[in-house]
Amino acid sequence: MRMSRIVRVAADLVYPAVLIFGLYIVAHGHLTPGGGFQGGAVIATGAALVIVAYSYAEVRKWLSGKVLMGQEVIGLMGFIGVALLALAFGQVFFFNYLNASGSLFGTPVPYGINAGELNTGGFVPLMNFSVGCEVWGGLTLVILYMMSGIQKEAT
Amino acid sequence: MKKEVVMIISLVIISAFFMVVAMSLTFGSPAMTDMDDYFLRYGQEQTGTNNQCTSVTFDFRGFDTLGESTVLFCAVIGVALMFRRMQGGEEHEDE
Repeated sequence: MRMSRIVRVAADLVYPAVLIFGLYIVAHGHLTPGGGFQGGAVIATGAALVIVAYSYAEVRKWLSGKVLMGQEVIGLMGFIGVALLALAFGQVFFFNYLNASGSLFGTPVPYGINAGELNTGGFVPLMNFSVGCEVWGGLTLVILYMMSGIQKEAT
Repeated sequence: MKKEVVMIISLVIISAFFMVVAMSLTFGSPAMTDMDDYFLRYGQEQTGTNNQCTSVTFDFRGFDTLGESTVLFCAVIGVALMFRRMQGGEEHEDE
């Protein structure tokens, strides 16, 4: 049971903004309040908006649960893999090997108030991206399952 | 009437208890500050993040976030199992 055209057009317009805002929270997790969990939750809220505007059966056609589950597994595996990669650098598990290395995300940060730069943080942005990927897939999957339960009652 | 008296008396006792707890706390000057001072002083140089919350959750306390991710994963699996049961043995698309 899809909603009216006004609601659908509004959802179409709002959904990219929600997606971009969630990805912004994930990408700036090491500079501003937020992080992987919060950004992933925002993106999953966008999925709920689309499911409410269009019907569950229609969304189900172009939103596969297998893809979301794979996304979640890739996020968790990436999280553990990034943490395990510290062993290859001769450090302990969860050591921030990329910090102040001069390469990817490796610009050193001085102590005190500074403007903040995106290319800092060591492996924290990579962790944020993998956790955001995992929460995106996981929460969207939970919303899909719960909507399928409601659908059985309503019709 | 009796019920209201009991409610008022219990409300007074509970609020007095909370007032004692709130008065005995020292807001703004915690008893132990060694760990906070260390995170605030060395967090930016050691992790390279300006957001100290993220530096604690993803770097200093990385194991905690690993457990949190695992809990989320298990929660999704639990929801999947439950809603598969509720649909009466109907074959679902995904596990």
